[in-house]
Amino acid sequence: MSQEKIEKNVGLLIVVIVLAVIWGGLVEILPLFFQESTTVSANGVKPYNAVQLAGREVYIREGCYNCHSQMIRPFRAETERYGHYSVAGEFVYDRPFQWSSKRTGPDLHRVGNRYSDEWHRIHLRNPRAAEIDSNMPAYTWLQDVKAKNGVGKNIEAKMQALSLLGVPYEQDDIAGAHKALGDLTEEDVLIAYLQGLGTALTTFK
Amino acid sequence: MSDFTSNFWSYYVASVALIGIIGCALFLWNHGSAAFAIGKTTGHAWDEDLEEFNNPLPKWWSWLFYITVVFALAYLAYFPGLGSFPGLGKWTSVGQYEAEQATAAKAYDPLYEQFRKMSIPAIAKDAKAMEMGQRLFRTYCIQCHGSDGGGKEGGFPNLTDNDWLHGGTPERIEATIKEGWQGVMTPHDFLGAETVRNLAHYVRSLSNQPNVDPGRANSGRDAWIASDCNTCHGSDARGNPDMGGPNLTDNIWLYGSSEATVIKTITDGRNLEGGNTTNNRMPAWGAFLGDDRTKLLAAYVYSLSNK
Repeated sequence: MSQEKIEKNVGLLIVVIVLAVIWGGLVEILPLFFQESTTVSANGVKPYNAVQLAGREVYIREGCYNCHSQMIRPFRAETERYGHYSVAGEFVYDRPFQWSSKRTGPDLHRVGNRYSDEWHRIHLRNPRAAEIDSNMPAYTWLQDVKAKNGVGKNIEAKMQALSLLGVPYEQDDIAGAHKALGDLTEEDVLIAYLQGLGTALTTFK
Repeated sequence: MSDFTSNFWSYYVASVALIGIIGCALFLWNHGSAAFAIGKTTGHAWDEDLEEFNNPLPKWWSWLFYITVVFALAYLAYFPGLGSFPGLGKWTSVGQYEAEQATAAKAYDPLYEQFRKMSIPAIAKDAKAMEMGQRLFRTYCIQCHGSDGGGKEGGFPNLTDNDWLHGGTPERIEATIKEGWQGVMTPHDFLGAETVRNLAHYVRSLSNQPNVDPGRANSGRDAWIASDCNTCHGSDARGNPDMGGPNLTDNIWLYGSSEATVIKTITDGRNLEGGNTTNNRMPAWGAFLGDDRTKLLAAYVYSLSNK
């Protein structure tokens, strides 16, 4: 195939460019959809319930992922501090996953059940009250907004969309989602989300 | 990497990877082998006279590319990458992690060995052990108990005041770290607001708090007996380490001593919030820390109030 032939034939040029661009993805991305470790939930990981899902929306909205990762790598230095390393099957219901790539704060993947709700409340309202050296901002406004009016406004639609993507929600769960949020604040639902993180492989009961 | 839903994907990955590498090599060979000729162009001109030389790559440059091709093939032979082929080196990330853990265990085991046979009070007198204990404490415990072990209001006990919810003997401290505790203060709103308020006055009178109404305290005393508060807080309200019920006669408070706070504690309890029981709890650290580190930590905590 001469250069001239490719350059003067737009259709052929498109095909060759697409092939060049996707070649790596064909072997690096595509097979992941046909692997059990990346598509089957690990060790009884359950889909987020309505409250946790709303909390996850708060997590994303407030940009928690900018400073906190949710990916414990299989290195001793990490597992000593955080607990069991993360495995792919724990993220099958995360769309999109919150692995993040930067740790200004600590990793949060195994934070579930490690502190009390009350601790999280104190810490979210004023991180310095829990950790004197913390440089995390205070999220005082979360306690003022009811989740059903804020982040959980369209919770049924969100669950419906996730259901279409293969998350095994029951229709009853989706229909009752808004009601499940009750009078919980955005702070409450965020804490519920955090308390569920990484509990499938945690050593904390 | 060998849990594909069908073997097809293993061959697929291997062939796409190899075709990519071999394709690059052939492409390189094809172009690199062209002879160098002065003035040879690609054969077409833009904007009347804009032409492009068609020279082969410099030899040193194309050799660099050949080296990457050889490196890629060697890499795929040694490390897992060609589908389900585990590679000649049998490397896995979990295997590497386990080797790292084994190396560390070998290095640290002798260090912990000397403490295994020592009693916790003896370890608490060992300067090196206490240095290690402090590191452990600062990694795992300060989030709730504070960097000085002084605790904080909101249910996070002070570990330096020799006042113990679950007992302060070395064995009890070790067991508390290992197995954790779930506090048992349940809601008592069923008593009615008036009785709860009387109870609060009685409880606050036990440690001589200000603004106690003697009449209410008296009625509260009857309510205390009627409600069986003794079960958890002890008959003289001096606490029951087997239940984790705090001593109410000292001026040490987990959640605060104001009338409003005590009323809230009695009314709502301190366990349930938002329908779960993560509050009022010391997590069980035994599985996370293992016996050696739990013992060192117990000794460090013991040392905080047994200088």
